[in-house]
Amino acid sequence: MTQMIIDTANHIAGYAAKAARVKVVAAYPITPQTTVVEKIADFVEMGEMDAEYIRVESEHSAMVACIAAAAAGVRTFTATSSHGLALMHEALHWASGSRLPIVMAVVNRAMGAPWSIWPDFSDSLSQRDTGWMQFYCADNQEVFDTIIQAYKLCENEKVFLPAMVCLEGFILSHTYAPVNVPNQEEVDDYLPEYRCGWELDVNRPCSHANLVSPEYYMEFRYMIQEAMENAKRLIPKVDKDFFEHFGREYGGLVEKYKCDDADLVMLTMGTMASDAKLAVDKMRNEGLKVGSARVRVYRPFPIEEIMKLAENVQMISTIDRHISFGMEGFLASEAKAAVFDKTDKPLIAGFIAGLGGRDVTAGTIEQIAKKSLKWMRNGKIEKRTEWVDLKE
Amino acid sequence: MVSIKELPKEEYLLKGHAACAGCGPAVSLRLLFKALGNKIIMVVPACCTTVIQGPYPFTSSAVPLQNILFESTGAAASGIVAALKARKSQGITVVGWAGDGGTVDIGIQALSGAAERGTNFIYICYDNEAYGNTGMQRSGSTPYGAWTTTTPTGKRERKKDMPLIMAAHRIPYVATACTSYPLDFVNKLRKAKDIQGTKYIHLLAPCPTGWRCDTSKTIELGRLAVLSGLWALYEIENGKFKLNSPSDRLMDRAKRKSVKDYFVQQGRFRNLKEANVEEIEKWIDEDWERYGKLASTNSS
Repeated sequence: MTQMIIDTANHIAGYAAKAARVKVVAAYPITPQTTVVEKIADFVEMGEMDAEYIRVESEHSAMVACIAAAAAGVRTFTATSSHGLALMHEALHWASGSRLPIVMAVVNRAMGAPWSIWPDFSDSLSQRDTGWMQFYCADNQEVFDTIIQAYKLCENEKVFLPAMVCLEGFILSHTYAPVNVPNQEEVDDYLPEYRCGWELDVNRPCSHANLVSPEYYMEFRYMIQEAMENAKRLIPKVDKDFFEHFGREYGGLVEKYKCDDADLVMLTMGTMASDAKLAVDKMRNEGLKVGSARVRVYRPFPIEEIMKLAENVQMISTIDRHISFGMEGFLASEAKAAVFDKTDKPLIAGFIAGLGGRDVTAGTIEQIAKKSLKWMRNGKIEKRTEWVDLKE
Repeated sequence: MVSIKELPKEEYLLKGHAACAGCGPAVSLRLLFKALGNKIIMVVPACCTTVIQGPYPFTSSAVPLQNILFESTGAAASGIVAALKARKSQGITVVGWAGDGGTVDIGIQALSGAAERGTNFIYICYDNEAYGNTGMQRSGSTPYGAWTTTTPTGKRERKKDMPLIMAAHRIPYVATACTSYPLDFVNKLRKAKDIQGTKYIHLLAPCPTGWRCDTSKTIELGRLAVLSGLWALYEIENGKFKLNSPSDRLMDRAKRKSVKDYFVQQGRFRNLKEANVEEIEKWIDEDWERYGKLASTNSS
């Protein structure tokens, strides 16, 4: 029977790895990820989780150990943050190139220098082009559910790609909230045992990832792109199937809130969407037609959903907890790219907020929305990229 | 000790591999397969063997082989060992096969971590004393005075003593070997296979392409490296140090061949001066004093 647990999102990620019957965990500690791997260490040592836990000497080795274990045919899990994720960068490419369904919790934390332990998306978004799928969670329950969903998706033979399940450091990682943890039979029913079919096997020897000439390399890359497209089609189904098993769903690729009749939509990722909902409710009471949309899956990017969203609105304001230096926030760039082919495009403004853990409250979002509405009424974006709450 | 006639006829390094003529590592890889059989899983980082195995869709390995990132052989082996344990697979040996750069330089962290965790696998560093796959650049295992493409006038530092670094991890088995002593290598591999924990074998593997010598000299040069005392064959089993044949007869320096004969046959040492050779001879004597001490500690 389903158990209600009040715990932090990090511990909940540990519960999810256990519920997914992960067989090999390889991890290295980094703030604010640490309590994920501490929880798993507890589970393994107390005999509650039948897994091999490799206490590796670096994040690079954590990812490589997961790659090798997954290549040897078992379900794997790891978790990291920030610099740890950056250290894995090379191995992230190897994981997706090897088409291995590794699931990793990324507890988002800003990149140094200078040192920061607080959240933004600069760590995971810097890994945008590594061939990993990226999910961004808005609450503790979604962390649990998305990890389970991610295995279901990654291990689909039309996908066979790894996925990051991203959750903001401290905002979620260390915050207690009630979570429904389904019983093991329910999870087993949704997520069957992992079968690879081409694992390292002495009875069917093959070489994995050997040198590929220009004659073949492009086709391997194309197959990853195809797998991403397949994943985009499958994610709403996986989400719907999850709903049928557990009674919870997350809108597939994009979670929308009061967007149907909105003039302005605030486009965000992660926990900011929760504050955006509060701001939307407040402004709706004032008669302002504002909605909120949350990009839950950043890779594959929901181009079609953004295009659909753009059909009925006059303006989209993106809020990026991230900056691509010398350009703008990725969400701003990609929302614009998604609607580029439309003849009747909404205005799109980009806002940068919440870097390095700077608070983004419902009030902050209301302030952004009201500025956006002013620009919308004037029919002109005054600033391509606006930094919010920036000190003089 | 196994004799050459007792080696299996089966070949798991298949025909058509892409090694250079006279390649020491390829000779030893073939022997490794004969020694360990085909119930093994190979882990190969970026190294000459990336090329030797041949490009997709071909492979010259008849056993499962995981190609992996340069610095990560120890970590990849750890992952496979853990997965085999989780799958309850038994009787499979995991083997890391990495070059000297991938071992003593970029791969030392992952290897050290795997050894410290007591990972049950055999790690072989096939040492051709430079980054051969990328065209012979200097590594931490390149010997003093040797030309490489990044030490055009000769390396000014000494070779890193990797086997003793591994011995400091208190792993159950550390051994040195050389392509030119195939039975010694085979015996060490077979011994390692039956030991639980991390086993490390450091194999000196002559490389005519990089050492700038005739391709017929591979075996002869390996023998000279050993017989001159420049490279000693030994094993450290559960902390006990033992010299192996023929090194066990070379404690007396009078029995060692001249190291000059080794140097003059290799273009990479053409910049060595007489004074350099004298210095190297002094270092060889110091090494042997150390071997003597290590051997006597065991007998006391």
